[in-house]
Amino acid sequence: MPRMPSRFQSDLENLAERMQLDYFPVEFELVPPSFMMEVAVYGLPVRMPHWSFGVRYIHQLVQHRMGYSRIFEVVFPGNPGHAFLANNNSLAENTLVYAHVLGHADFSKNNELFRRTHNQVSPRIVDLAAGHAQRIEQAIEKHGRERVEQVLDAALALEQHIDVNQNLERPLFPTSPPEKPKEPADEFHKRFESLTGERSEMAPQPKEPVRLPVPPRTEYDLLWFLAHYAPEMEDWERDVFLAVREESFYFYPVFACQIMNEGWASYWHARLLREASFLPQDVYLDAMKAHSDVVRPVAADNQVSLSVNPYHLGFAMWDQIVERDGMDAARKILAQEDDFSFIRNWLDADLADKLDLFVYDAKRNGEITVGEKDIYRLHEALLGPKFNFGSPRVGISELRRDGTLELQHEYETDGRGLDLDRARHVMNYIHRIWRRPVVLQTVDARSGQKMLTTD
Amino acid sequence: MSHEYSTAATQAARWYDLFSRGARDWLRHNEKVRESVRNALPDLVSGADVLTNPDNRVVRVPVRFLEHYRFRLRDADTQSGAGQGQGVKPGDVLRPSGDGGRGSGGAGTGEGGLEFVVELKIDDLLDWIWDELKLPHLEPKAANTLEDTDFVREGWDKRGVRARLDRRRTLREAVKRRAVQGDAIPFSNEDLRFRQLARRPHPSTVAVIIYVLDVSSSMDEESRRLAKTFFFWSLQGLRRQHTRIESVFVGHTVNAWEFSEEEFFQVRAAGGTEASSGLELAQRILEQRYDPGRYNSYLFYASDGDNFAADHDAAWSALRNLASRLNFMGYLEVNHRGPERLHTEMGRLFGDLMKTGACAGAYSASGYEDVWEAIREFFVRQAEIKGE
Repeated sequence: MPRMPSRFQSDLENLAERMQLDYFPVEFELVPPSFMMEVAVYGLPVRMPHWSFGVRYIHQLVQHRMGYSRIFEVVFPGNPGHAFLANNNSLAENTLVYAHVLGHADFSKNNELFRRTHNQVSPRIVDLAAGHAQRIEQAIEKHGRERVEQVLDAALALEQHIDVNQNLERPLFPTSPPEKPKEPADEFHKRFESLTGERSEMAPQPKEPVRLPVPPRTEYDLLWFLAHYAPEMEDWERDVFLAVREESFYFYPVFACQIMNEGWASYWHARLLREASFLPQDVYLDAMKAHSDVVRPVAADNQVSLSVNPYHLGFAMWDQIVERDGMDAARKILAQEDDFSFIRNWLDADLADKLDLFVYDAKRNGEITVGEKDIYRLHEALLGPKFNFGSPRVGISELRRDGTLELQHEYETDGRGLDLDRARHVMNYIHRIWRRPVVLQTVDARSGQKMLTTD
Repeated sequence: MSHEYSTAATQAARWYDLFSRGARDWLRHNEKVRESVRNALPDLVSGADVLTNPDNRVVRVPVRFLEHYRFRLRDADTQSGAGQGQGVKPGDVLRPSGDGGRGSGGAGTGEGGLEFVVELKIDDLLDWIWDELKLPHLEPKAANTLEDTDFVREGWDKRGVRARLDRRRTLREAVKRRAVQGDAIPFSNEDLRFRQLARRPHPSTVAVIIYVLDVSSSMDEESRRLAKTFFFWSLQGLRRQHTRIESVFVGHTVNAWEFSEEEFFQVRAAGGTEASSGLELAQRILEQRYDPGRYNSYLFYASDGDNFAADHDAAWSALRNLASRLNFMGYLEVNHRGPERLHTEMGRLFGDLMKTGACAGAYSASGYEDVWEAIREFFVRQAEIKGE
């Protein structure tokens, strides 16, 4: 097994430096394709055990055996970054992948969202997650698989329900209002108080202890809130919840910047290879063939696709931005934006036409029709699955005196109600660790108010 | 689409897979599937045609992948998405309506629909149910089962028919004799040894079960299903006590017919109900085909409890006759319409029969939970009878 993914590694690094790529070092590891598949399934090389990963694993395995998917690389940004490469990649493929990884490393070091989470979570996510997995294994030994599984059922079901606008570490809500600093009595007040008949009203009345509502406003970080406010949660259960939450914080930028990030890495692997005069002709040609496979718009045997390849879209967008506005402008966008602003700001109607993008409507009866050309609808169709970490917006509106947890689904922003059956199941997961009643407000199919309760 | 993935994880036993976390979590998923199957047992057997085929000791159950639930929006009437492709114009119909529904091209809808098959051994199922119902594990030998006699090999003798000559023993005897006598003839009549047979009684483990079902129009699909579930599990339970079981299927309205198992649950006849017709046919079948000296016999009767008033006396005497001959007679009343359980015509008849001290039981079921309760009562009662 070669220790270096490509013998052109240092040449590529020198070239990247000349082109002012700016990244933390990356550790490369060559692993069997089966391991690559697991990394893709779990999202992390070592992660906590849960049966739901087993289901994903089988789906991936089947796809893999049917030849639908091949995974060249998986990168874990950080300082240092960590990249896994399939050990059956050819030299040309690995050369391409190496350049691609450098693009990712540059992106994650310079994008604000990535920087923020790396600072907050850890620059070494792989080790952190392995630590979580180990602690959870210990919990399984101590408390039994069923009990740990119950906690993970709830925590992983709420994986996407974090509030990335808040910090990873945050203080508990205050329970009583802050003491108001007494204003120094000015001349007017002194005189006013000295007036007869006014004193009694001005005298401070005996205060009732004020209990501030918890949460003070709707709370969207369900994992955080449950971990800290569940009435009878045990320490190890809280630990599991916070472990899942930490990993979610880590995953968020990868999710929210997928088009930008994959596009940027594709842009750079293409550019670095194009300018790599040290590459022999045959390696270059093979690598470019792999490149066109990765960024091809639709499957070869398929004229029309009902999805958009993020590699292709991001690549084409960065290509246009660099071409038109220059590298400095591109790097500024890279630093400041995520997919939402990237698509809305930079995917214009001309480019959408050039890329043959369209909006479609799928009806319940199976009919799929192409919609009118409308760049704004196209933006929203592309971004729709990415809102709120890809999940409905559910918040905690109140913690009642008797310990009942009140959840509120914001159907107005989501446009429709929850799938009630699934929602009931999730509430049962929550109920098992909350150990008090849980209620959820949403709307039914006829937009009528619907209150779900656990018994 | 249906696939069998159950073996996928166990194939390819390369060393790496031994440490595969994916395979580990997949096995855990399968364990959970089995648990959930176990909790849904009643629904499983009622649908499958697994009634009496003794070779088919396995139930194959198609199950879905378990879903780890998350909050999701309900499906919208019209779902928008972004696609890509050359020459696509607004208004183009990419797929006509009714063409398999949406989802194949959309995002993330693939996981729910896949099925795989788990094979469950009926014996395992029985163990689960027996545990679940806290049923006594009955031994095949029991006090009031019939004694059957059989020839058993027992010792040797110097005289016998040639066919039972034990050459090995005979040779041994010859060798022994020659060792003592020195120079002697190779064989003498004294050396011959014949195997002996003796007639010895042993408990009979052969049984016949007669299933009698009211197939009149008042018995709807649900009632039959309940009856079938009860019949199935009573049969499986009895199978544990008997090495060989034969079954007979009788359906009746005002007339009675014998059916094959396949036909049995599908027949539907118009007309009223006279239980005596079915019970009398059962009696005739027993007399003609099943020697009481050889067979333990059971009868299960399932109906909705209705019986023509005019049939009361005939039904009563048919019951009395059968009871004198059967090891046990069970009555299952399904979906009774009366105000109280077993307060139907048939329910009262069986009640009276039990008062005479006959080995009989009466159960009522309007749902699967009741069937399990009936099964439990039946086998608990069996154990009591045997213990007496």
